[in-house]
Amino acid sequence: MRKFAKYLANSAAEQASDTPRLSRRGFLIGAAGAGLTMAFASSGIPVASAAKSISEGAFEPTIWFQVRPDGRVIVNIVEAEMGQHVGTALARIVADELEADWNDVELHYVDSDPKWGLMVTGGSWSVWENFDKLSRAGAAGRTALIEEGAKLMGVSAGQCQARGSQVIAGDRAISYADIVRDGNIDRSFSEEELKAMPIKPPQERRLIGEESKALDIPDKTDGSALYGLDATVDGMAYGRALVPPTRYGSSVKSVDDSEAKSIPGYQQTLVLDDASGTVPGWAVVIADSVHAANAAAKVIKVDWAAGKTADVTEQKILDEGRRLIADDSTGALVVNEDGVDNAFSSADSVLEQEYVTHSVLHFQLEPVNALAFQKDGRWEIHTGNQWQSLILPTLAKALGEKEDNIIMRTYLLGGGFGRRLNGDYCVPAALAAKQLGKPVKLMLTREDDSRFDSIRSPSVQKLRMAFDSDGQVLGMEHHATAGWPTKAMAPFFMPKGENGEKFDPFSIHGAAHWYSLGAHRLRAISNELASDTFRPGWLRSVGSGWVNWALESFIDEAAQKTGEDAIEFRLSRLKAEGKNAGSAPNSVGGANRQATVLKRVREISDWGKDMPADTGLGVATTYGQERNMPTWTACVAQVHVNRDNGKVTLQKLTLVTDAGTIVHPDGALAQVEGAALWGASMALHEGTQIEQGEVRDTNLNTYTPIRMRDVPEIQAEFIKSTETAVGLGEPATTVVGPAIGNAIFAAVGVRMRTIPIRPEDIQAALKA
Amino acid sequence: MTIQFQLNGEAMSLDVPEDTPLLWAIRDHAGLTGTKFGCGIGMCGACTVHLNGRATRSCITTVGSVDGQQITTIEGLGQDGEHPLQQAWVDAQAPQCGYCQSGQIMQAATLLQDFPNPTNEQINQIMSGNLCRCMAYVRIRKAIHLAAGSSESSSAGSPQFYEPGQEEMSNA
Repeated sequence: MRKFAKYLANSAAEQASDTPRLSRRGFLIGAAGAGLTMAFASSGIPVASAAKSISEGAFEPTIWFQVRPDGRVIVNIVEAEMGQHVGTALARIVADELEADWNDVELHYVDSDPKWGLMVTGGSWSVWENFDKLSRAGAAGRTALIEEGAKLMGVSAGQCQARGSQVIAGDRAISYADIVRDGNIDRSFSEEELKAMPIKPPQERRLIGEESKALDIPDKTDGSALYGLDATVDGMAYGRALVPPTRYGSSVKSVDDSEAKSIPGYQQTLVLDDASGTVPGWAVVIADSVHAANAAAKVIKVDWAAGKTADVTEQKILDEGRRLIADDSTGALVVNEDGVDNAFSSADSVLEQEYVTHSVLHFQLEPVNALAFQKDGRWEIHTGNQWQSLILPTLAKALGEKEDNIIMRTYLLGGGFGRRLNGDYCVPAALAAKQLGKPVKLMLTREDDSRFDSIRSPSVQKLRMAFDSDGQVLGMEHHATAGWPTKAMAPFFMPKGENGEKFDPFSIHGAAHWYSLGAHRLRAISNELASDTFRPGWLRSVGSGWVNWALESFIDEAAQKTGEDAIEFRLSRLKAEGKNAGSAPNSVGGANRQATVLKRVREISDWGKDMPADTGLGVATTYGQERNMPTWTACVAQVHVNRDNGKVTLQKLTLVTDAGTIVHPDGALAQVEGAALWGASMALHEGTQIEQGEVRDTNLNTYTPIRMRDVPEIQAEFIKSTETAVGLGEPATTVVGPAIGNAIFAAVGVRMRTIPIRPEDIQAALKA
Repeated sequence: MTIQFQLNGEAMSLDVPEDTPLLWAIRDHAGLTGTKFGCGIGMCGACTVHLNGRATRSCITTVGSVDGQQITTIEGLGQDGEHPLQQAWVDAQAPQCGYCQSGQIMQAATLLQDFPNPTNEQINQIMSGNLCRCMAYVRIRKAIHLAAGSSESSSAGSPQFYEPGQEEMSNA
């Protein structure tokens, strides 16, 4: 959350962040151990001898990469690998500027040692926030290798160029391996020198934007890739959670394990005492094997005193959301432009609609788990995690240890999607290991994983638009409420709205649109009944996932009201003027770039063509999640609706994405495909509801994410661009739902305002 | 009781309760972790192994029921990951997080036994029992076609780029 820190200094969401900057530190290149290390120097440390500083470990927080004497280029990856092939993308940025031979490049995923700096993988930020830094680090490495290579060859640096892990001067060449072995690089760069580093112009890139295979894939086809579930240590016991009836406020009154005592391999049941308050009311069955733990769990009787949310239902949470929206005194005004009230009071007509989204599970395929043990007096947590820096202080509190006495070793993630930003599942593993005095591997069953999930909160939104007598839009209001993940888990990252109230930026991102629609008011409200009942989670695209459901459905309704074509309505209001002009470096071109993806999706889809009966096309667009990191995305969905049974068949998705520079095109396409299908799955296939304070659906017998047979044809295209590389993991998720809803309207004339859309909802709407 | 079976061609003898799911016997007793736990009720397919050459959900198969049988896991499918399906999986760049892919590949191996030149419809029918939460379905289907050498393998796309005209970018 390097970027998050900038929220602290900026109140408005739109101003939240800027290009990631190099901090005021020198950059060192020198020998350390076996090879050449490129690292930042600690601030204040003289960098007269880079080699000496590096050998003494006087660098922080990030060692970017090493060139080994055998020529291997090891790129350190601080981000979690969870399917996005982030290591490959980041390594290609380094290797391109370093002029390294791609075949020499290897990835090294790091542990949570403080020297790596803050660790978080989320928000589709990884490429965006690392591109500039890694480019400069690579260029600095290239510069130092050329200087030393020139020296070894007895020529001037100006006569040399670097290519394919070699420094070349005319017909002579020396490999990086030989330079590292024979040379004596001892080089530091000041902040100013780094700034002036000769970054290659886009047309000289040799790896960025070119086809390549992801480095993490081969191990994922032969069973050798290691995930958190695969972590082991000698002498470990297996832990099976006994999850209490409410997320908060439960306590164990008694445990009766008399029937479990005859089960071979059953050891004991621990009632956890959690000073961090992360897992109140938890007990853990300890056994010699998973099977023994599961068998024991079946017959152990726990009597819990449940917390106060034991009778909360989805309906109560939605009704609370409606009450909050109706109360003008609640929430943060994220956008509050002059003239909104006047627009509505002088309006000839007002369009007003409510939109609802239901609870969604992460259902990452690897249920959460962690292995915890003490080694040489230090705690080790072996697991898959997206935000190590967030959970370490909580673990320290739970264990009663200092933070620097706990280290997390991150494995591959069997799916992240935001679930593993919240490392709460590490806490019961650590507590059980501490109480037992032995290593404990805690694995949640699928059902427990679902019950303990940080779900995507159900949401309620009200949108209003004011029109004059000519059908011109005078202004709009958007009120949005849900449980807020950032408030629950990282409240220090909440900026203040125009009215001084704090808000969760991730629960409103996507609503600060680039349309010119008169005076705009955007209000974000925390639904406390939701966040008392469960721990709201960041789930792929977070707020944009449900905010854009409402926004882009509503824009379609507005176009219908004015009688305009849905794409024309949008295009005529996407003008790169005023606040929507865009700015360097991230949003150059502004609303024009959103218009471009819309026009292109119109061109390559069947928009405007005659469709068969009960078949329709719907459009939706987005800037992604953050106005200052816009990923311009447009989608046309084609659906067929069966009027007899209400079944919606998604036939085709056409997507156009402008994410600036595309570093790893095939990986980018995979992200768009996966994100789009997540959007389709949440709109038509999955979703659950809160019953008696817990999610109703806990496994695949009733929770039904999209399967291969329901996958539509996908046509995806990228805009060719050399603009700033922005995020790709999530934007497509946000457009597919509303595009489907709008397509259903085009097909059969019924307007769906709740997701998931169920066949019975369609049938009811068709009858109405 | 002692249960004996062939695991990837080698004799395996385990002293575990016979109602132990084969999944945990493979992972925790035999130490082969390529087979994954996803749902525990046979509905995600991450735990798919071969029982006498046929795809089977190991999370709902007891170790007692495989006494004397032949079990193959992802580790035993090909030599050094060079089974045609594994190669196709790399060529199609199918895995994202990769967690479901051992099971997908083991299921696909049975599919290709039954349908050496499968249609999309046949692939959809058989592979819909395997959940991919990253939703890499398009590429899994592509990889199966690649392994089968079928003409449909080119149907899934590679990244397409569109270069807008200058006037398009400056004047929407």
